[in-house]
Amino acid sequence: MHLTRRRALGLAAGATSLAVFGFVPLRARAANAEATDAAIKEFAGGAVPQAGRIVLDAPEIAENGNTVPISVAVESPMTAGDYVQSVMFLADGNPNPSVATLHFSPMSGTAAATTRIRLAKTQNVLAVAKMSNGAVFVDTKLVKVTIGGCGG
Amino acid sequence: MATPKPRVKVPAKAAKGEVVTIKTLISHEMESGQRKDKDGKTIPRQIINKFTCTFNGQPVFWCDMAPAISANPYLEFTAKVMESGTFTFTWLDDNGSVYTAENKIAVE
Repeated sequence: MHLTRRRALGLAAGATSLAVFGFVPLRARAANAEATDAAIKEFAGGAVPQAGRIVLDAPEIAENGNTVPISVAVESPMTAGDYVQSVMFLADGNPNPSVATLHFSPMSGTAAATTRIRLAKTQNVLAVAKMSNGAVFVDTKLVKVTIGGCGG
Repeated sequence: MATPKPRVKVPAKAAKGEVVTIKTLISHEMESGQRKDKDGKTIPRQIINKFTCTFNGQPVFWCDMAPAISANPYLEFTAKVMESGTFTFTWLDDNGSVYTAENKIAVE
């Protein structure tokens, strides 16, 4: 946890991140809020993340934080001219917010995927989609975790 | 860890233009690098960090994974098939190993 504390304390940029992302639906500030915001910013490449088009499905309560099923679906024609390029999953209360980045192509047919993730404790899971035209969309779900899944 | 075993479910047949669902699983500890052994030493990270799916050599779907993906990584996604052919799946381990699987599909 050292690294997390040091980062949280040292980051004056944290305040700036908060201002930049003020429009994103409010979520309780979790252990790694700054790292999460930084990851979204880097992925979005200058685009402002909007709500809509992406739906993240995650359980309200996860019995076992070691294996939490999540899925994502993004509305898109998935044609060569208009498709979902990638979707990034983040978990803002994990030691490291990065979970996975999924890359789609027009051959995907749909921008939908399911996987299972580890959540250390109750926190927000985020799904951020980047479209072929640069637009970025985000959805967030709060997942309550009864038994944490980071092995410690 | 025993040699990771991939398991893939792809329909055997599909209509031209159909979007099929593909389910993939590989047995792997996905050691996160967060755990400590009984002497208090951190167990080093060793995970599958990348998964790829191609169809007749064309990339369809690929995924970069972090330690927060659960052990025995499960990935379900879709593919639109326009012709018969072979799906090739690869999993890349932190230690450089590559595990692969192949599934054919007949499209009419």
